[in-house]
Amino acid sequence: MASAFESRRRNQLIIAAVVIVVMIALPLGIKDVYVQNILVLTVMYAALSQSWNILSGYCGQISLGHALYFGIGAYASTLLFVKFGVIPWFGMAIGGVFAAMIALIVGWPCFRLGGHYFTIATIVLAEIGLILFLNWDYAGAASGLQIPVSGDSWTTFTFLRSKLPYYYFALGLAAIVWLVTFFIEDSKWGYYWRAVRENTMAAQSLGVQVFRSKMAAAAVSAFFTAIGGSFYAQFVSYIDPDSVMVFQFSLLMALPAVIGGIGTLWGPALGAAILIPFTELTRSYMGGGGKGFDLIFYGAVIMIIALARPEGLLSLVTRTRHAPP
Amino acid sequence: MLSAANIAQILMSGLLMGLIYALIAAGLSLIFGLMDVVNFAHGEFLMTAMYATFGLVVLLSLDPLILSPIVAAIMFVVGAFCYRAIIVHAMRARTNVGMVQVFATFGLAITIRGLAQLVFTPDYRSIPKSWLGGQTFSVFGVYMPAPQLAGALASLLAFGALWLLMKRTDFGKALEATREDAGAVGLVGIDRNRVFAMGWGLGAALVGLAGAMLSIFYYIHPDVGGSFALIAYVTVALGGFGSVFGALAAGVIVGIVEAVSATVLQPSMKAIGIYAVYLLVVFLRPRGLFGHL
Amino acid sequence: MSALLETEALTVRFGGILANADVSIGVNEGEILGLIGPNGAGKSTLFNLVAGTYRPTSGRIRFEGRDITRLPPAMRCKLGIARTFQVVKSFETMSVLENVVVGALVRFTSTRTAREEAYRVLDVTGLTRRAEANARDLTPPEKRRLEVARALATQPKLLLLDEVLTGLTPAEAQKGVELVRKIRELGVTVVMVEHVMEVVMPLVDRAIVLDLGRVLVEGAPQAVVRDPKVIQAYLGDRFHA
Repeated sequence: MASAFESRRRNQLIIAAVVIVVMIALPLGIKDVYVQNILVLTVMYAALSQSWNILSGYCGQISLGHALYFGIGAYASTLLFVKFGVIPWFGMAIGGVFAAMIALIVGWPCFRLGGHYFTIATIVLAEIGLILFLNWDYAGAASGLQIPVSGDSWTTFTFLRSKLPYYYFALGLAAIVWLVTFFIEDSKWGYYWRAVRENTMAAQSLGVQVFRSKMAAAAVSAFFTAIGGSFYAQFVSYIDPDSVMVFQFSLLMALPAVIGGIGTLWGPALGAAILIPFTELTRSYMGGGGKGFDLIFYGAVIMIIALARPEGLLSLVTRTRHAPP
Repeated sequence: MLSAANIAQILMSGLLMGLIYALIAAGLSLIFGLMDVVNFAHGEFLMTAMYATFGLVVLLSLDPLILSPIVAAIMFVVGAFCYRAIIVHAMRARTNVGMVQVFATFGLAITIRGLAQLVFTPDYRSIPKSWLGGQTFSVFGVYMPAPQLAGALASLLAFGALWLLMKRTDFGKALEATREDAGAVGLVGIDRNRVFAMGWGLGAALVGLAGAMLSIFYYIHPDVGGSFALIAYVTVALGGFGSVFGALAAGVIVGIVEAVSATVLQPSMKAIGIYAVYLLVVFLRPRGLFGHL
Repeated sequence: MSALLETEALTVRFGGILANADVSIGVNEGEILGLIGPNGAGKSTLFNLVAGTYRPTSGRIRFEGRDITRLPPAMRCKLGIARTFQVVKSFETMSVLENVVVGALVRFTSTRTAREEAYRVLDVTGLTRRAEANARDLTPPEKRRLEVARALATQPKLLLLDEVLTGLTPAEAQKGVELVRKIRELGVTVVMVEHVMEVVMPLVDRAIVLDLGRVLVEGAPQAVVRDPKVIQAYLGDRFHA
């Protein structure tokens, strides 16, 4: 019996290894910069959504304000680079730690709130962040910050000629977040987070310190989200509050997980693989003419998934692990 | 330094807008109190009402003030329809319940936005000529723009009518009973689903009335619902989820806080005042001012 | 036998209602104690006070001599007080095994050893063949067992069972009784809130009857059921023994 469980875990790693190999090989034949772009974004959103999934999927605390941490990461590394010359590799790590601290400070009062109140609080906090950054002249206020790109450099993590290095970094990040989630799944935290999600009172009666659990989930989630933000800043070389801290971003981080399978290991990746290429393609073919077809489609898909298949599309691909006898 | 006249103006502007916020929030509070669902498409209901008013003005050349009851009625149908078509399924979820409700109503919000873009394009619209548009009353040097004043009065009337409805009619009592114990009302012959549908209709009608009044002096575009929605959530939380009359008090407070913030802080940062109030209230008093948890 | 748990003048008020008034009881190590009384007597309230879900308005609770009145439920579990819920609160999307592992994790930090412990507990409670099933697919009696198994996995010294035998068929209830006896044999002290007198009375060593929030009578089960005060509490003044 113990070995059945262990073999399941081993299979997950094998699948992951195969996926990684495929993903590493995937862009090598692709010269079209536009397609490369889509690949980078897809992998980035897979990483971001997986980070979101840690707090909102596994621990059940639905955040619709994760753009806050994304923005903090983006601004932290960019400010450190532009104003102090700190290379982004350090800036990213600092941004991540800073975001985790903010998550703890924010979580301290917020996690006492029940479901809806918490979700709305996350929206409100992200809005406050947005307004503050829009008015913060040192960080460029509404005009934002530009990252100087003079050529290809791994030190400053900027590349002019090819998107490939960005792609591999994002892939690495996605792989790391996936691994973290993988280990969480068979850890005390993982069990406790799911217990908190399912039934807080029962969890407490079994010795789970609910508040502490939520805080831990929030910190881990915020850390990786911020690193994603730093990455994005380097990728687009220009950030402003309206591009990194807006509500749409919070939603876009949540959607892949919701569509693919909230609270699952592969859900966010699957959701990103479906959602992001589709987004980019519709944007170019429907030409941003503002017809609203893309919104109508999204809205409908979200509703259908939420109502008909809240476990996400992943459940169509895998059999449920626990089939009744 | 602020003169007494300034302060009076701030308070009056805040009061008028606050009453309108209260009206927007009332529907949200009603729905939550009835069935424990937060409608994340509430802002889009407001937007729909504004467009409906705009459309009817163009089609019928009638004044928005006259059209407002019609728009409210239209929104009633929209709300009830949304319940029957979508929400009733969301409430049947057995797992991931929180996530289902949030994203089901969110999906609805995005769909409505898309439809608005499709039908009306993203261009900003406004209602060019109306009885009240551009007119202002002045009492003791305090200015009250006619559209805002009308909106505030409409809000008070609506709350009054709502009170009568809840206390004096059978429907109101059924609503209250279902709010108390949705499981038990079936035993006394009340069709729970019907009450829920009517609750959604009523909630949508209230925000519809607000939308009609807002369209007189606000630009209409597909994203207009967003910022109002957040103010509505804040108002409902402040007043207490489920307390419709708490929403009235809270709306006024929010309106005044906003007006004060716009003066004390930079106008672009006025929203922070409201958000800070929300956070303070839910942290210190999770039930809100008048709510039942 | 020493008192494992003691309450001292426990009183709790909800709004205007006095749910428990001046309740002082003791639970002896190794016993099976029955907590009975008519509806509204305050049994569940007392239960929740001991478990830590409610805070008393006044009074104290001592566990192994230590004052736990201010301790939250999670800490009480760590000290050795576990409970089941009357309305079953299983972790629906997790398997039976995973549910029990959550309980075991309070004593074992490694998930592998927690899983081994969980299997042991499933064996005791007769749920081994359902280990991989989703909790939401269990039958109601199985879910009750899961509640007990989960609580048992925390290796409690004191187990509070909230109406675990209510609503079961006689055959199921008998199995439940056997399980409770097995639990006591494992060294766990049990307090049971129950309604089903015929099943419970042969099982418990001692019974405490509550009525209107106060302790009415305590003693051996046979004596308690014949006590006129108890009969009156259940049936009203009209009935005389």
